[in-house]
Amino acid sequence: MIKQYETVFIATPVLSDTQMKEAVAKYTQLIADNGGEVVYQEDWGLKQLAYPIQHKTSGFYYLIQFKADPQFVNTLETQYHRDERIIRFLTVALDKDAVAYAEHRRQVRSGKAAEAAKEEAPAEPAAEPVEEVEE
Amino acid sequence: MAAVENNEIRYLNPPTVEVRKKKYCRFKKAGIKYVDYKDPEFLKKFLNEQGKILPRRITGTSLKFQRKVAQAIKRARSLALLPYVTDLLK
Repeated sequence: MIKQYETVFIATPVLSDTQMKEAVAKYTQLIADNGGEVVYQEDWGLKQLAYPIQHKTSGFYYLIQFKADPQFVNTLETQYHRDERIIRFLTVALDKDAVAYAEHRRQVRSGKAAEAAKEEAPAEPAAEPVEEVEE
Repeated sequence: MAAVENNEIRYLNPPTVEVRKKKYCRFKKAGIKYVDYKDPEFLKKFLNEQGKILPRRITGTSLKFQRKVAQAIKRARSLALLPYVTDLLK
């Protein structure tokens, strides 16, 4: 039984770039080692938290979408719990609508990224999503 | 004009009847199937200034999507994308 999941974690803002990469590599490796497959990953960078967590007001957000066995989620979350660099995480299973949405979002983002690269402007991921509807 | 003549009560000024705009579920109208918790700006449309979830009777969302919106907001809150309590959100 393979399901698609999506996990977001917040790492402490004290990490350096290389430490952050290390943390990300650890979890992608963990997914691969347990017979999972990373579908997509996205770095949201340093963001302000809406409220302080462990006396911290900002954190590095990272999103990973992956396919894995449901048993694996427990393993992953145990690892999160043990990791002191991670201050918050959330793993959700994606149903078929969510998978379609994720796919769509990915395409929009990659299109945006290509445009940004063309203009050589800093990539700004906080763009208006497509699902926004005018009243 | 026959209908007007049959009417016994005549008004000098036509009585003001408030015409309310019919509410609708924006998700059904736009064909959105999944409410994303990763998009706090969109979810803010369903919150009041204190960060509380607005009831269906105000937003017009259908029950099916109200549940999904609530779920998404709660997920966003736990990831510190939205506050649990605040003043002057927006």
